[in-house]
Amino acid sequence: MNPFIIRLILISSVAAPVLGIAAEDIVTSAHPAHIPTLAASCSACHGTLGNAVKSGSVVDATPLAGESDVYLEQRLLDFRAGTRESTVMHHHAKGLTPEEIHQLALFFSRQEPEVRVAPTPQKLKAVNHE
Amino acid sequence: MSDLFERAFEMNRRNFIKASIASSALFMTVKSYAMGKTPPKGRVVVVGGGYAGTTAAKYIRMWSMGGIEVVVVEPSSQFVSCPMSNLVLGGSKSIHDLTFGYDLVKKNHGLTWVQDGVVAVNTHDKKVIMQRGELSYDRLIIASGIDFIYDDLPMLAGADAQQKVPHAWKAGWQTVNLRQQLEAMADGGVFVMHIPKLPYRCPPGPYERVCQVASYFKVYKPKSKIIVLDANAEIVSKKGLFAKAWSTQYAGMIDYRPNSAIEKLDLASKTIHTEFEQVTADVLNVIPPQRAGKPAQIADLLEEDYPWCEVDFLTYESKRARDVHVIGDSVASGLPKSAHMATSQARVCASAIVELMQGRLPDPAPVFANTCYSFVNDKEAMHVANVYRYDAAKKIMVSADGGGVSLAPSEKEGSYAAAWANNIWSDVLT
Ligand SMILES: Cc1cc2nc3c(=O)[nH]c(=O)nc-3n(C[C@H](O)[C@H](O)[C@H](O)COP(=O)(O)OP(=O)(O)OC[C@H]3O[C@@H](n4cnc5c(N)ncnc54)[C@H](O)[C@@H]3O)c2cc1C
Repeated sequence: MNPFIIRLILISSVAAPVLGIAAEDIVTSAHPAHIPTLAASCSACHGTLGNAVKSGSVVDATPLAGESDVYLEQRLLDFRAGTRESTVMHHHAKGLTPEEIHQLALFFSRQEPEVRVAPTPQKLKAVNHE
Repeated sequence: MSDLFERAFEMNRRNFIKASIASSALFMTVKSYAMGKTPPKGRVVVVGGGYAGTTAAKYIRMWSMGGIEVVVVEPSSQFVSCPMSNLVLGGSKSIHDLTFGYDLVKKNHGLTWVQDGVVAVNTHDKKVIMQRGELSYDRLIIASGIDFIYDDLPMLAGADAQQKVPHAWKAGWQTVNLRQQLEAMADGGVFVMHIPKLPYRCPPGPYERVCQVASYFKVYKPKSKIIVLDANAEIVSKKGLFAKAWSTQYAGMIDYRPNSAIEKLDLASKTIHTEFEQVTADVLNVIPPQRAGKPAQIADLLEEDYPWCEVDFLTYESKRARDVHVIGDSVASGLPKSAHMATSQARVCASAIVELMQGRLPDPAPVFANTCYSFVNDKEAMHVANVYRYDAAKKIMVSADGGGVSLAPSEKEGSYAAAWANNIWSDVLT
């Protein structure tokens, strides 16, 4: 019934403090849902399946869908190493394992780029539930 | 918005018996939908179409390839975003910029949508009871956000009182009301804000609000003052950054008083009494203490000594009821209650439900991200960003190494914050 094999998470120290586990100490979950779910967590800034909304503002989040996996992986590794400047991405890349970075890069590279729009705002109704 | 909901909730309770008679009619009007060719493998009912609930609903449909039927129950016909709503107080946004419909997400993902409020949950027979009907479920997701606790502030519980002293902690007309009060205040007036003890929704939110009100005063009412009465011992989020923004951008305007829990409130004179002093406001904003939302309460999902819901962090299944999941601000997670966090939990929950309903085990080690921006004026923002990983020994999500905050607020981050909003709205609502 259960097709997947788990390389179960292995935290080197059971006594690791609640704040802060180093990504080096962790074996990446090999569950097939692990990467799609982690990738979906990026959508708050990079859009559903890596299709960032084009807002027309000067600075937009980078679209990830259909990007080269080599490029994405290198970018993330550079953020992780701190060799590439960023505002938030170093915080994110440092929390991921190199394996997760590799898999995320592959995942986004395989997504079909599509145009995504932000929903159109509307007037708040006088009673906003009927 | 919230007081309307509260009234609707009471009304719903009273009307329930009468209304449930008409329940069988519901399914004739609700469109059923399946993207896949196979019949649905079961039904998930989602209570609450906010950040967490709508995200979970969409991703269950996506990841089950339309194989699982999803019904969302949400009383409001519109989604009003709390993120960015402090900018309405600063004047750079209008509430109508933050209000959206549900049409696209419903249509794009084949969600069954019931505009109604949940009034009872029967976890034994697996039924959700609404004002105008009832629904059976295979799995239930409770994503109904927060509820305010008025036990120690009974004078603020009513709609009239909140007209005078809005919380504006659920975005909507209260946000507009607070902005109008600030506009009507004379230059030289005093704005007083009270912050409850953690945990509450959006830890940096109150301090961002202080910045927004200050940025409005700075231009339009420079003689005015802001007094912050914080029940906490210190600024609980982005402390150094907020303190610096207050002292550099709004020097002399903001008077921050820690350990200042509200003990008494005189509504007529807008006077707050703390242990140490009494403070009178021209415009008063009391953010009440909070607990998990009403549907979680009526489903008996709150801990006895802690008003939040304990869950299994692999599935977000409640520790108190089988096949009932809780996501978003209602969860006792020990992590900041933010919209990004709510959607991250929603996706882990959605993924686990799709696995479980197909007879598989969920991911044993989920990982997700949280980025939360705060605006210090109309253009500059700063962030706190972290990755959270499941700790198998402690069975909780813990912060991974490398998280942190901005070095300083900037316009560049202001643009990223706007992009964050556009993308999360697009992800949740389309
Ligand atoms: C001023 C402010 C600023 C914020 N800024 C940010 C920010 O910049 N970034 C960030 O990440 N987060 C921010 N937040 C926090 C964010 O708004 C919340 O964490 C987020 O909304 C939580 O999502 P949720 O789905 O748990 O709750 P909600 O989004 O509140 O959704 C709950 C839903 O449940 C519905 N509901 C209630 N009762 C019932 C019932 N009886 N039956 C059915 N449905 C019901 C409600 O109508 C609502 O739609 C901010 C919050 C505030 C107040």
